Amino acid sequence: MSIKKTLAVAALASVVAAGAAEARDQIRIVGSSTVYPFATSVAENFGKSTSFKTPVIESTGSGGGFKLFCAGVGEEHPDITNASRAVKKSEIERCAKNGVDKITEVKVGYDGIVLANSKQGKKMEITRKQIFLALAKDVPNAEGKLVPNPNQKWSDVDPSLPDVKIEVLGPPPTSGTRDAFAELALEGGCKQFPDIKAMKKTDKKKYKAVCHSVREDGAYIDAGENDNLIIQKLNANPDAFGVFGFSFLDQNSDSVQGSLIDGKSPEFELIADGSYPVSRPLFFYVKNAHIGQVPGMLEYLAEFTADKAWGDEGYLTDKGLIPMPQEERAKYKAAVEALGAGM
Amino acid sequence: MTELKESMQKAQARLKKRHAAETRFKAFGIGALVFAFLCVVMLFSSIISNGYTGFRQSYMKIDITFDESVIDPQGKRDFDTLNRADYGKIVKQSLYDFFPDVKKRGDKRTLSNLVSSNAAYTLRDMVVADPSLIGTSQSVWVMASDEVDMLIKNVFKREDDESTRPITNKEIAWVEKYESENRIETRFNTNFFTAGDSREPEQAGIRGALMGSALTMLITLALSFPCGVMAAIYLEEFAPKNKFTHIVEVNINNLAAVPSIVFGLLGLAIFLNIFGMPRSAPVAGGFVLALMTLPTIIIASRAALKSIPPSIMEAAIGVGASKMQAVFHHQLPLALPGILTGTIIGMAQALGETAPLLMIGMVAFIADVPGWINDPATVLPVQVYLWADSPERAFVEKTSAAIMVLLGFLITMNALAVLLRKKLERRW
Repeated sequence: MSIKKTLAVAALASVVAAGAAEARDQIRIVGSSTVYPFATSVAENFGKSTSFKTPVIESTGSGGGFKLFCAGVGEEHPDITNASRAVKKSEIERCAKNGVDKITEVKVGYDGIVLANSKQGKKMEITRKQIFLALAKDVPNAEGKLVPNPNQKWSDVDPSLPDVKIEVLGPPPTSGTRDAFAELALEGGCKQFPDIKAMKKTDKKKYKAVCHSVREDGAYIDAGENDNLIIQKLNANPDAFGVFGFSFLDQNSDSVQGSLIDGKSPEFELIADGSYPVSRPLFFYVKNAHIGQVPGMLEYLAEFTADKAWGDEGYLTDKGLIPMPQEERAKYKAAVEALGAGM
Repeated sequence: MTELKESMQKAQARLKKRHAAETRFKAFGIGALVFAFLCVVMLFSSIISNGYTGFRQSYMKIDITFDESVIDPQGKRDFDTLNRADYGKIVKQSLYDFFPDVKKRGDKRTLSNLVSSNAAYTLRDMVVADPSLIGTSQSVWVMASDEVDMLIKNVFKREDDESTRPITNKEIAWVEKYESENRIETRFNTNFFTAGDSREPEQAGIRGALMGSALTMLITLALSFPCGVMAAIYLEEFAPKNKFTHIVEVNINNLAAVPSIVFGLLGLAIFLNIFGMPRSAPVAGGFVLALMTLPTIIIASRAALKSIPPSIMEAAIGVGASKMQAVFHHQLPLALPGILTGTIIGMAQALGETAPLLMIGMVAFIADVPGWINDPATVLPVQVYLWADSPERAFVEKTSAAIMVLLGFLITMNALAVLLRKKLERRW
């Protein structure tokens, strides 16, 4: 009995002792699920080619990432947050309130958002205006008055589009991809109506509500955050379209095809030169106060900003990242190097 | 007489009806069984047919020249130089030499993607282990990239139109040249069991998640089993029957039905924010899952204790044992098989949980294999989820393979419990 007792006490003691926090020796990164595949790639290469531990990366979404990132300075808070949009003013304020007053923005590259369907279906050519008319909650009718979206088939929007029911699978409202799609595709089409554009000056709130609201009558279907699931559903239903990031189109080019938007197809080159209209920049944000405190920060940043990673032929392009032009890369690389010089 | 005959006939008709009802009921039972069986067969066949290829991996034999001017130009032969040298360049050079007529930049780049980026690390490990290799030429088996692997496994089909598959005709021609010289083979994927997570499907392994699950379960068991059994014994045998214990009992039953995410939030607030446990660590995960498993164990243990005939306790007390002796020497050993069953059900539930771990940061990309309970770790179901969410096609088979490993873990755990139960079971 006494041996058993000592064993039990020892086990309990070790558990409790292990529970106490100890100095962190690896980088912690949170944030956008769109940047996650790129950040994990860099982290893995960094872990393999240096003596530092591989950073731990959580995919929390851009908003969730800032929430954790801005919670404070210290080893229990993350060092870097990834974002598929620029930081908001409210988030900067939140950061500052918690003592995170110095953060450095690094743009990573671009991501295209595609509207795609199964290869068994016909490739579609569509404009942003038509996307708005097909997917917005309220659209202007012939007299220019806003009415609940009456379009049931693509051909109701424009006779040149296919005569099939509008069925679009896309990410839910919590997703950064959905935000970007609303901003770039829907709003892009929405402001081509002069009446609505004029509204921007007079009633900004209403303008945003009109341009960013996605219809809720079943034509747009929330398919969850899992883009692979959307692709599976597209294969099962050749009439349906899906909204997701370019990297998924790139990896599944054998089964799905991207629609041409405003005459541009979602190809690497066209997204890179900015002519494909639905693309957005990706970022990560570094907590300056942690540089020098957490081992390997500068080296990780150097790995990310090296040409072999984010360059035109870097390994991140294999993962579907659209790189920035040379000058822009040089600018952000210099900013990162300046962080090291400040130490 | 006629009366008797009539009632006989009536009885016979009723009997027939009753038999018919019984046959129907049997048929329904068999139908339910067949349906359940078909569901299981469907589940397993889909997982196995998707996943069995995940245990195999294509390798390519390439001719490597360990060029001294690339690896160690100054001839220092120290660990740091050897460890940091650009082995990727040597791998690329080998491929370029094999296809001397590939000249264009873009083509060269595609060509160098035939082998996994892991190849460079294979060479590094070779050279670090044996620096005398420098300057020699060797044939080395290295991992093929995931795309080549998918081609070899016929997931990307050669007969399909070029535009409908992610690998081009040119790449296929290159691969076929290697094939014609018997330089490609598929082997058992040991890497899958020895490596941690990776963003490259061919290099991704389950070891990290397996260790994470094992460590987390260890903590969960170490906490919830003793606590659960103690609580059950106290409530069943020693606690006074009053309003207070009644409320405790009702609440334990309620707790068993609380959604698991709630325990995650609790864990974040208490274990991480108040006790300062490390984020993403099995110790925090184990604590959270222990909370979740406790009610299951308490309820099952109480039922097991209750099922022991009171005569055994009475006899023990009758010959002068104290109540504690009677419980620990007689009642508890007899109840152990039942308690173990309950524990295993609770543990199996905990093994499959992801929701509570989300809040404490265990749903994350963690490449290093955890060594102990405070290293960052993830668990098997989380690994399944992360791979299912990755864009690369080759992760589909890895996902199913990981599910098989998870099921294997579960079956091992159950088998252990059955074994223990068999050993401890006593009849009276």
